[in-house]
Amino acid sequence: MQFWIIQTLNSIAFGGLLFLLSSGFSLAFGLMRIPNLAHGAFFMLGAYFGATVTYYGGNFWLAVLAAGLGVGIIGILFERFILRRLAGNVQGQVLVTLGVSFIIADLCLMIWTGDPWTLPAPSELRPPIRFAGFAFPTFRLVVFVIAIVTAVGLYFLMDRTRLGAMIRAGVDDMEMARGVGIPVSLLFTVVFCLGAVLAGIGGTLGAPSLNAYPGLDTDMLPLALIVVILGGAGSLLGAFIGSFAVGFLYNFGIALFPDLAYFILFLPMVLVLVLMPQGLFGRVPS
Amino acid sequence: MSRSWIWLVIAAIALLAVPLVVRNEFYLNLASQILIYALLAVSLNILLGYGGMVSLGHAAFLGLASYAAVLLLNAGLGHLASAVLALAFSTACGAVFGMLALRASGIGFLMITLALGQIVWGIAYRANTITNGDNGLRYAERPHPFGIDINHAPHFYWFTLAVFAIALFFIWRLSRSPFGAALQGARDQPRRMRMLGHNVWLIQWLAFVLASFWGSVAGLLFVYYNLFISPHAISLQQSAEVLLMAILGGASTLTGPILGAIIITLVKNVASTYIDRWNSLLGAIFVIVIMFMPFGIVPGVRQLWLRWRAPRKQARAA
Repeated sequence: MQFWIIQTLNSIAFGGLLFLLSSGFSLAFGLMRIPNLAHGAFFMLGAYFGATVTYYGGNFWLAVLAAGLGVGIIGILFERFILRRLAGNVQGQVLVTLGVSFIIADLCLMIWTGDPWTLPAPSELRPPIRFAGFAFPTFRLVVFVIAIVTAVGLYFLMDRTRLGAMIRAGVDDMEMARGVGIPVSLLFTVVFCLGAVLAGIGGTLGAPSLNAYPGLDTDMLPLALIVVILGGAGSLLGAFIGSFAVGFLYNFGIALFPDLAYFILFLPMVLVLVLMPQGLFGRVPS
Repeated sequence: MSRSWIWLVIAAIALLAVPLVVRNEFYLNLASQILIYALLAVSLNILLGYGGMVSLGHAAFLGLASYAAVLLLNAGLGHLASAVLALAFSTACGAVFGMLALRASGIGFLMITLALGQIVWGIAYRANTITNGDNGLRYAERPHPFGIDINHAPHFYWFTLAVFAIALFFIWRLSRSPFGAALQGARDQPRRMRMLGHNVWLIQWLAFVLASFWGSVAGLLFVYYNLFISPHAISLQQSAEVLLMAILGGASTLTGPILGAIIITLVKNVASTYIDRWNSLLGAIFVIVIMFMPFGIVPGVRQLWLRWRAPRKQARAA
């Protein structure tokens, strides 16, 4: 019983991390029409930034903040100075994000070496919560709660604010949005930066369970891709449901059939592609 | 004989003569490696250049064929049987992957191929009981095709060159065939092609299957050359390298990917003897090529050549 509870909580926490990773990825994809293949590298950078801040004595939450800020700035620079120059060349933009992800991954290897960096969960969250005779890992619950709060925040941002309305207009029909005077190109930067911040925060929040290690980027990127293939590009709800679906499948897959975890991810992807190629909640025909 | 035939004969003689000139085994093996990667890049180019479909999972076929060949050989099959079955298995996977990836077009296609490629990598990496995980699998010994020993570097080079020549001839014929024309039509004007009664999906799917078949052939050569296969050979980085070869050389041409394979393999080998930052260099080349040379070297040089020739022609005419 304890096994199932722990694994369920792990899945929920991992799903929350995936949501932080893939919601920004999905929104940027919906608006800019390109998957940012450096998103996994952003997540890894977040983990390294966070681990470094705590290594030099910083508080865990300060580390989360610093990682979000640092990766966000890198995201802005990347969007403004590289992606922007390739506007209109979608294929080129995608390949450039891939090239940048290699550079980031290699610089990380150079700066933080090949040994994994651990980042302990904040001490106040380390003792498990005991309830009805079972122990619940507190930190994972907190990660889940943060993901939920982020999801609700993003929902309000997208659904209730002027900025969100403009983003949705851009996702649905970019030319009309431009035509009625919405500064779509500024939105590109905002959304791309938002995605980078979320990936950076996710990286630090994930570090206590995943560690920061070379290859974290290529481990996470396919998961974000699968979430978006499942959920549909540009859809917050799709990213939410896709994240938790992939979180459960991947986590239970690894726990129960360690050899086949990747294969288990493959099956729902095949089903969705065959039945609804735009993803469960896709708005953008990809 | 037209001029292109003369060039072809010169190129063929030069390629055949490489082992006679290059005595150093290291450089000869490098030449074999270049041929293997050139085959992989040319096979990818069926999709990329003629079909306009950007695949980021092409190394998967190299891996599927390599792993299948090793596992079948270790299971007690002969060289020929394991090679044929490995190609059949890998191409069949290509057929399935093609069906999935072609549910989407453009960027969706790219994402699905990436995800599929990473899943193949993940299975190779994680399924320890079958693939021996990160440590990879050894291939017992090189086969003796038609009783010829290909253990020595020159012999292996000629063997690889022969396979490469067959593949190149096939792909060249393909690009000139009605099918090739239909594939390029499906790339440029899918709606018109559909209106003309062509089954665009089928054309693109067949191209995917052919690309995966020749990619699998490159995989067999790869495992014969290294006598070893590990997940590193089929990582996302490998798929990206192959894609870069094709784009760098010029995806719209037959020779472009070959030139790209030569440059990337040389740079990789030379660079890795001096610095161990190959990934940064790869990423930087990627970014620079995409930003400043989006059509690749061969079309770029051809354009320069035409521009250089044009005034002289005019002068002669005047």
